[in-house]
Amino acid sequence: MTEHATGTARGIAPSLSLRNLSKSFGGARALNGVSLTIRPGEVHGLLGQNGSGKSTLIKILAGFHAPDPGAEMDLHGGPVPLPMPPGEARRRGVAFVHQHLGLVPSLTVLENLRVGDFATKRSWAINWRKEAERARQVFAHFDLDIDPGARVGDLAPVQKALLAIVRAFEDLKEAETAKSGILILDEPTPFLPRTGVQQLFSLVRKIVAEGSSVIFVSHDVDEIMEITDRATVLRDGVLVGTLTTKEATPEQFVELIVGRRVQMFQTSHKDFSERPVRARISDLSGGSVEMASFAVREGEVLGLTGLIGSGFDDVPYLLYGADTAKTGTIGIGGGSFALEHMVPPAALRLGLALIPADRLACAGVGSLSIADNMSLPVLDDFRRWGMLDWPRIKCRVRELGSAYEVRPNNTELTLGSLSGGNQQKVILAKWLQTAPKLLLLDEPTQGVDVGARQQLFAALEQAALTGTSVICASTDYEQLSQICDRVLIFARGRIIHELAGEDVTKDNIAEVCLRGTDPVEKTGETTP
Amino acid sequence: MSNDTDAMPGREQLVASDGQSHPEKRQINWVRLAEAYALPGALLLIGAVFGYLRPEAFLSWANISTMLGSQAVLVVLTLALIIPLTAGDFDLSVASVLTLSAMLLAVLNARMGVPIGWAVLCCFAMAVIVGLVNAGFILYFRIPSLIVTLGTGTFVNGIVLWISSSMTISGIDPVLINYVIVTRVLGVPIVFYYALAICFAVWYVFEYTSMGRRLIFVGRGREVARLSGIKVDAVRLVCLVVASILSAAAGIFYAGTIGAADPLSGQTFLLPAFAAAFLGATAISPGRFNAWGSLVAVYFLVTGITGLTILGIQTFVQNLFYGAALVCAVALSQLVRKRETQEFT
Repeated sequence: MTEHATGTARGIAPSLSLRNLSKSFGGARALNGVSLTIRPGEVHGLLGQNGSGKSTLIKILAGFHAPDPGAEMDLHGGPVPLPMPPGEARRRGVAFVHQHLGLVPSLTVLENLRVGDFATKRSWAINWRKEAERARQVFAHFDLDIDPGARVGDLAPVQKALLAIVRAFEDLKEAETAKSGILILDEPTPFLPRTGVQQLFSLVRKIVAEGSSVIFVSHDVDEIMEITDRATVLRDGVLVGTLTTKEATPEQFVELIVGRRVQMFQTSHKDFSERPVRARISDLSGGSVEMASFAVREGEVLGLTGLIGSGFDDVPYLLYGADTAKTGTIGIGGGSFALEHMVPPAALRLGLALIPADRLACAGVGSLSIADNMSLPVLDDFRRWGMLDWPRIKCRVRELGSAYEVRPNNTELTLGSLSGGNQQKVILAKWLQTAPKLLLLDEPTQGVDVGARQQLFAALEQAALTGTSVICASTDYEQLSQICDRVLIFARGRIIHELAGEDVTKDNIAEVCLRGTDPVEKTGETTP
Repeated sequence: MSNDTDAMPGREQLVASDGQSHPEKRQINWVRLAEAYALPGALLLIGAVFGYLRPEAFLSWANISTMLGSQAVLVVLTLALIIPLTAGDFDLSVASVLTLSAMLLAVLNARMGVPIGWAVLCCFAMAVIVGLVNAGFILYFRIPSLIVTLGTGTFVNGIVLWISSSMTISGIDPVLINYVIVTRVLGVPIVFYYALAICFAVWYVFEYTSMGRRLIFVGRGREVARLSGIKVDAVRLVCLVVASILSAAAGIFYAGTIGAADPLSGQTFLLPAFAAAFLGATAISPGRFNAWGSLVAVYFLVTGITGLTILGIQTFVQNLFYGAALVCAVALSQLVRKRETQEFT
């Protein structure tokens, strides 16, 4: 409310003004009297845990949900009828980029860029040469090195995200309001490497410099601190605060998001040099990795990191046999195994387990229940008289669900209906119940909110205490510093540095990562 | 994309409410129950309607037992079909294997005088070969199952026409006929109980063995299954071979039911089997291909058609009915699965 007042007091017509926005689904209130003002030319952050109402808010802006009666909305000073008719958002200069970017991988950059025109314009013929020239100008304008003729599937993830944003921005120009549109970026960064995030931010800055506003939805407080002018935090459907970023601290944001002071999880960085070696990996090559050798000790949490393309994130998949290694051996449990012949069943027999980054494509099946997903690796333990003992399986799954704080802990819910954090708890429980000797993780907390993150870390530490060794590949330096006893930093497929003990800090990791290789040019990444 | 649950309004709230979803939970259970038993209910309903319209013809024990017995072949074929469907593979060659199995039996037994037992064994051997060929092309060359089985099915049809010289062959050993249709238990031909037994076996394997659970994961998430240590290709191969073997069994029952084999009529089972498989996936365990659902679906379709025939409606109605049932069943099962696209390869 006060934001609205200040916005008008300064005499600037706000780009977007929402008053008293509520939305109920059945009995549950997803949004409760939210009032929000977006100024022209500002980057406005939108933060909140999963279920805080931010996606509902975005969906109302998109016209996907109708808000409860009593809400008002102004766009560029003019009132908008609610619920918004379809297509109205686009006409009034509001464009969206969702996490699933909405690009067609098998088509070219140019075709993807113009797909909106194909859908709406009535012109019969397409002058491809002119279109390509226009696209080149647009990319040049934003300093992007993207070839309009390239297939989108061949682009690096960063380039795809940039393309989607440029496309949305181009759509804004077509709108009636021309220069001052609103671009809504709905969590565009979780699947991007840090360097990609920087490129995305510089694009966002150029867009607001031209007079448009950007609403930036994110989980990541650091990103919000870096890119936004102001940021609004939602919790349980209520707007709990709008802070001016310059004057706020990350701790203030975290506190608003979770509603209480979270004890940031911090492992004690134990010294493992006296403990027996659990697994010794020698001369591993494959993917982007070249001749990496390292060992992990019993109960140790070993982090792998580096810039994207440095190969650190291939290591878990190569060790597990999910991807085929060119060379290398793993010595574990007294034996030695050639990694070029590794396949997942063999890896499981050796006591390895893998939790891939792509949760619903590789780690669990969204359309099957929590019970189905969690019980998969241990089904053979639940046979009685030649048949699966479902009551006992359900009982085990419920126990694990409450131990790992899965919410809601209902064994019959499908995995896909849970929030990202709860999905990951289910996946973690699925594998930790097998008491693996070596747990391999890739980006374990992608798309996981702050609270669930701490619970996952605690579960990992508990597993490490009972003797499981953990290898965690991640580009989240803060996360690595929180959970790892030792961190290996990769560059160009090789291990260039090792941090252990008290040296494992976010700043140290960042420094070595950036110092170890040439600074990455703007679009210097090659396609994977 | 298919997992974009955010697109479902209301889901988020269910998640957010941290266990406070009890009022909704009870409601969902009612909806689930209604969903699961809608098809059996509909079966009883149309049975009652036809029974009311033509009590003497439709509700006669003779009619009912004939329906139960004669459609057991379709039940077995549908069960054959849902096994690869669950693993995410189409098998369009099942009806061809059924036809070839019946024809091979007739040629070997009636024409060449091979004892019936050996002839049956030959049919199963043939089914294993067809299954392996299907699996070989699908898994080794990574060709979509739809294409491979369309081809092998047509190829098998060619073999049928070749070995039968496009003629109906009768004179199959009465022992088989005796073991299939003549023997009756409680007035119903024994072949119905064979179908029930296979139905029970498929249900048991799907629900109560770890093999069955792995099968579902292979169908729903190949990569998840692979990374969970499941030998995905082996599972798919076994499914295709088992589907072929069950189709051959259906063929043997078919030959036993009519005492002869003709080169064309077996092919007409393909569409009803698909219709029943997808319709069955909306019942009993909605959202999954399941054995009891398939059984109910077969008899739902058959009751509809028998009833309409008794009412004196012409035979082309059969095509209208099965064709419409297939598309409606798939549409229904999409509704049950919350419009998640199903991926078959």
